[in-house]
Amino acid sequence: MSDQTKAPLYEALERFRKQRIVPFDVPGHKRGRGNPELVQLLGEKCVGLDVNSMKPLDDLCHPSSVIREAESLAAEAFGAANSFFMVGGTTSAVQSMIFSVCKEGDKIIMPRNVHKSAINALVLCGAIPVYVNPEVDKNLGISLGMEPAKLEQAVKDNPDAVAVLVNNPTYYGICSDMRSIVNIAHSRGMKVLADEAHGTHFSFNDDLPVSAMSAGADMSAVSMHKSGGSLTQSSILLLNKTVNADYVRQIINLTQTTSASYLLMSSLDISRRNLALHGRESFRNVMEMASYARGEINAIGDYYAYGKELINGTSVYDFDVTKLAVYTRDLGLAGIEVYDILRDEYGIQIEFGDISNILAYVSIGDRLQDIERLVGALDDIKRLFKRDKTGMLFAEYIAPKVEVPPRKAFYSEKVSLPLKEAEGKICTEFVMCYPPGIPVLAPGELITKEVIEYVRYAKEKGCNIQGTEDFSVEKINVLR
Amino acid sequence: MEMWFSDIHTPNIKLNIRVKKQLFSERSDIQQVDVFESDDLGKFISLDGEVVFSEADEFIYDEMVTHVPMAVHPHVKNVLVIGGGDGGVAKELCRYPEIEKIDVVEEDEMFVYVSRKFFPETADGLNDPRVNLYIQDGLKFIRNKVGEYDLIINDSTDPFGPTEGLFTKEFYGSCYKALNDEGIMVYQHGSPFYDEDEAECRKMHRKVFRCFPISRVYQAHIPTCSSGYWLFGFASKKYHPLKDFNPTKWCARNIPTQYYTTNLHTGAFMLPKYVEEILKGAEEEK
Repeated sequence: MSDQTKAPLYEALERFRKQRIVPFDVPGHKRGRGNPELVQLLGEKCVGLDVNSMKPLDDLCHPSSVIREAESLAAEAFGAANSFFMVGGTTSAVQSMIFSVCKEGDKIIMPRNVHKSAINALVLCGAIPVYVNPEVDKNLGISLGMEPAKLEQAVKDNPDAVAVLVNNPTYYGICSDMRSIVNIAHSRGMKVLADEAHGTHFSFNDDLPVSAMSAGADMSAVSMHKSGGSLTQSSILLLNKTVNADYVRQIINLTQTTSASYLLMSSLDISRRNLALHGRESFRNVMEMASYARGEINAIGDYYAYGKELINGTSVYDFDVTKLAVYTRDLGLAGIEVYDILRDEYGIQIEFGDISNILAYVSIGDRLQDIERLVGALDDIKRLFKRDKTGMLFAEYIAPKVEVPPRKAFYSEKVSLPLKEAEGKICTEFVMCYPPGIPVLAPGELITKEVIEYVRYAKEKGCNIQGTEDFSVEKINVLR
Repeated sequence: MEMWFSDIHTPNIKLNIRVKKQLFSERSDIQQVDVFESDDLGKFISLDGEVVFSEADEFIYDEMVTHVPMAVHPHVKNVLVIGGGDGGVAKELCRYPEIEKIDVVEEDEMFVYVSRKFFPETADGLNDPRVNLYIQDGLKFIRNKVGEYDLIINDSTDPFGPTEGLFTKEFYGSCYKALNDEGIMVYQHGSPFYDEDEAECRKMHRKVFRCFPISRVYQAHIPTCSSGYWLFGFASKKYHPLKDFNPTKWCARNIPTQYYTTNLHTGAFMLPKYVEEILKGAEEEK
């Protein structure tokens, strides 16, 4: 075990700062001197560390010294064989996983409730998705995990598939049976890729669901900037020993910037150290806070903050208790409405609201007094905003009908139609609510009446709909 | 020896107090708690570096948040004091024999400890048998109370620090729910003078004005506060602070005071033009 108290990249930056080197390289703001307003906004220390790669600070595209050491410490902290610091968000990590195992025409098995970054990757590389439709909790209106039995069937039907991609967990905290999934996939020689954008913390507390690396997955994308505490847009790609790291580096370098931000990278280094040294205790705290909030919110009535009681052995194999998702339909309010009320009336910004639920992100930065504010606000919303719930749409999972592979559809000849007239056509672009960024429609899918109705309703309730070429999402591109 | 305590009022303005000695300094779970002794203000407590209580002027707070509603509401039995860990408000309330129950909810046990240790006379208010002291988050305490109180006094002073949850719409909403149909809520309304304070003051009035049918603001001069000029809020479901004010009845009680008089009661609601405009603006905001 190497020394997790070290933070090689951060320490190198500190040494560099003390050397007071005169910059005749980029960035052109030269430690902020050329842009005083930026210094005013971000502070001298911050802009002083916004530097370019150079020998003493290593190079993210070809790491050989401090970045390499930092990455190797991160790999160890997460129980992986190798790790890559990513500066293009977890989107870049998810896409690098897919590009590393799929070539044009390769099949990849995945649940349909993946983040758009995964389907985007298919547009870019030409891989063909085989969707395993997730079970839906009819009451909550949320997609659940990947069931091993369904995966087994998919694997049998598509023995030529090269990989399985799985969310661990979903945005709502639902975990699949990772170990069984790994066994099923590996027995057929398929790689397992985990989107752990919402599961960075799993590696640091034994009371949390199993992490993809411990379950034996081949690659995992962890959003350090979510539960890990690093700066927005920084992320880590983890590799098991089953994956050729040098090839993955080549793949990453196909699309990665050659001017990686040291602010982002050092934040990864410091956050990794913090997780390795204090993660266990920090996440115990987070679990306690979230559980406390869950109890208090359920005591209000008309809200349902769900937890481990959802576990059923298959589609909900485990639950991440740090996720504070609350079902709001019994209040007569869509989740997105509660989301808006919380911000506009109570000055509380939560992670997202969908048709039936809200999600409050609880993390290592939270304090009990803020939890009290959230609970108090939900209580007051019930008092002031509760209304008759008849006529509310049940947000059901709409099983996609994939008619054409995503890449082919996206680049085909297309025409633009008003969405409400597009029933029965094949869509060539994405439609999604953001957040959470899970596509309602992806390129190549059939536009059904249910989808059109869903989009209309989500828009009416105030969801941020996006993805189409038409900025207002009134029109949609379909195959000619 | 020169030792000065600086109470920062704005980034550019501070009140300096020459300190004779520091009597206490510790960090509680919630905040930094310090007690100092000075010539002109006597002993004073600072929380996270801000003066919240001084021997010299605490009587103004305590009297103004207590006697104003008590001279309006005709029959107060149950009172809730939020953040009154020093006991000063409880002490004033105890002068009214008709009050049956006084719940005091203080978040920070250390604040109660230093109050009892260094200001035993004020903290004596906590020893009355009618007083129940709860060490708890105010928002949490009040959340499940429905129609229980005749009067709620929010004695927390700082809308920016650890008590910021007690200046929110959810808190005022919970207070509304915890009061019975004739209930009154009195709260610290901050200072209207400096920009940042003014903005907070405006926001506070905007929230309460939309929550209670009657919402009025009154004033006092408090030397250790930001700009020395301080406002209080009077929010009520039934009683108007001036129309239902009964000076004769109050005077007959013969309660000893240093600041409050029935004349001052009326005058306290007569606000400067610029404050009226701040409040009017907050009421008209969408």
